[in-house]
Amino acid sequence: MGAPEAHRSGAGGAIPPVLRLVGLTKTFGSFAAVDQVDLDIRQGEFFTIVGPSGSGKTTLLRMLAGLERPSAGDILLRGERVNDVAANRRPTAMVFQSLALFQHKTVGQNIEFALKMRRVDPAARRERAYQLMDMLRLSRDYYGRSVARISGGERQRVALARALASDPEILFFDEPLSAIDYRLRKQLEVELKDLHRETRKTFVYITHSLEEAMVMSDRIGIMRQGRLIQIGTPDEIYTRPLNKFVSEFMGEVNIIEVEARADGWLAAKGLERPLKGPVMPNGLVHGHLVVRPESVRFIDNGAGGGADNVVAGTLYNEYALGSRVQYHVKAGGRMFVVEKLRELRPEATLGAAVTIGWDARDSILVPD
Amino acid sequence: MSALAQRLAGFLHQPGFQAAVPVLILLLIGFFGPLVLVAVFSFMPARSFKLDGGPTLENYRFAFEQSYYLSLLRSFAFAAGTVAVLALVCYPVALGMAKLFGRYAGVLTLVMVLPLFVSENVRLFGWVLFLLKGGGVLAGAAKAVFGIELADMLYSNSATLMGLAYVYLPFMLFPMVLGLSMVSRDVVEAASDLGASRWQIMREIELPLALPGLLIGGLLTFVLSLGSLTESKVLGGSKVIMIAADIESAFTYGQNWPLGSALSVLLLVLAGGLVLVVLSKLNLDAILKRR
Repeated sequence: MGAPEAHRSGAGGAIPPVLRLVGLTKTFGSFAAVDQVDLDIRQGEFFTIVGPSGSGKTTLLRMLAGLERPSAGDILLRGERVNDVAANRRPTAMVFQSLALFQHKTVGQNIEFALKMRRVDPAARRERAYQLMDMLRLSRDYYGRSVARISGGERQRVALARALASDPEILFFDEPLSAIDYRLRKQLEVELKDLHRETRKTFVYITHSLEEAMVMSDRIGIMRQGRLIQIGTPDEIYTRPLNKFVSEFMGEVNIIEVEARADGWLAAKGLERPLKGPVMPNGLVHGHLVVRPESVRFIDNGAGGGADNVVAGTLYNEYALGSRVQYHVKAGGRMFVVEKLRELRPEATLGAAVTIGWDARDSILVPD
Repeated sequence: MSALAQRLAGFLHQPGFQAAVPVLILLLIGFFGPLVLVAVFSFMPARSFKLDGGPTLENYRFAFEQSYYLSLLRSFAFAAGTVAVLALVCYPVALGMAKLFGRYAGVLTLVMVLPLFVSENVRLFGWVLFLLKGGGVLAGAAKAVFGIELADMLYSNSATLMGLAYVYLPFMLFPMVLGLSMVSRDVVEAASDLGASRWQIMREIELPLALPGLLIGGLLTFVLSLGSLTESKVLGGSKVIMIAADIESAFTYGQNWPLGSALSVLLLVLAGGLVLVVLSKLNLDAILKRR
């Protein structure tokens, strides 16, 4: 694990970036909400910024959209500095978290708003609105309907169509799916990715869910306390998280605090036996071993293959997740999360003693 | 028993209705009663103080023959003028209070409300001292400092309009603030992001969304100015006679209650009709739900 620079895989390719951020900073009083962010966003990519609330991701996006003025640094759009260009003069459009639909207008009027502001004649506006409604699978019957009278999913589509109407170069998304129920959210994630494929526009998306980011993005930037701490493809982030913070972001993983021993093994608090894992980088004594729930397996006593690391514990509880089942195993004063396909269910009742194990190659060692 | 009578009986037996009976009686006697009395008096023969005369339209005919309709028109013009002036003055202030000033909006609210604690007459006479020709504060200062002789400003239409706008400003401002605070920041930013200029945002987004507040403010100031009496008396003097002054003098100097009543009824019907028209355009339920 090196410096963040090392994770900008393939940066500086043949295509110049559509959007370049140089030392972009936004301070509120003495607090730096966004702190010296450098980032190149490529033409046509789906870039997602992931971070917890308060990490500065919304402020960053608002600066890109022109809704907030940077305190320092530059925003370059195709090489041109746009710091002082107001939102209404940038060739970008934003989909807001609240969607910010115009409640007093119809679906058609909402979609056509950007065109009306540009004084496009009504017939052409209507044609464009129909075209977008077809693309987003929104029935043309909705054209004259008030946006106050349509469903949540339909409102999302109207907001998307409205942002696309003026054919912007870049689309910004400020957590548009955060307030939507699970099933619809999953469906809209897929639709958004398909929309990205169809329009070939540059999408810059922010979310607090790494899972959501993984589904849709070409590249992901992890944001923490105003800084982009890791940038990479979903694969890179998944297999090589920069530190404990990034690993924790990936949902339910086992994170075991470890210390390096002289013999190369790792001592874990609460566990009797030392663990075998990747080699600690030079000079590092303290770290965290990350093991995914699906990498942990149940080990039959005696029979069956062993594992590099074996931990004895008791089965605390099990949770069905559809095709998989998640188990919580109490061991060494902590809870291990194990996920297995339904077919691989262990023959143990709740409270029974079980042995779990994983191989060293399935674990990742990360710093704090 | 018919269905209607059944429903009425059911309604009368509701605890809610029964609990409201005392207030209802108070309203009937204290609020509705006098209005009925005025309405009945307007159909009595001129200068009678009893309700035993035959009904007659003589007072209404007299009101139109004696050009009282001119005062009525003048009152409507002043009311419309007051609404127009206040709309222009209050909009930027309301926008600031609803969107920009943050916690300082409270201070501004206090400053705006403070004059209401002083009697309206006292405040208007303050303006008289200020505008008085020769010895007035404004004229005196202009003469002493700049050596300019100011024209007479008191006792004119413009002084009256100024006085009306001054007195009724809070009634326009606060509903307007309420209306504009219903316009969310997101929606304004979305409009800007989609290419709208400041004027386009105002026309397409702010005004339509704040319309309920603007209408309520406009209605309040219009109706209040329409029935106003002191402003024109103090700042307009004998030059500006509004309908309320005519009504007052019919009841007092003229000792002609039926005439005063007829003028009152005319004003009431016109103003009431206007209120009903505006209120029919307002869906208060929708406004409250949208917040």
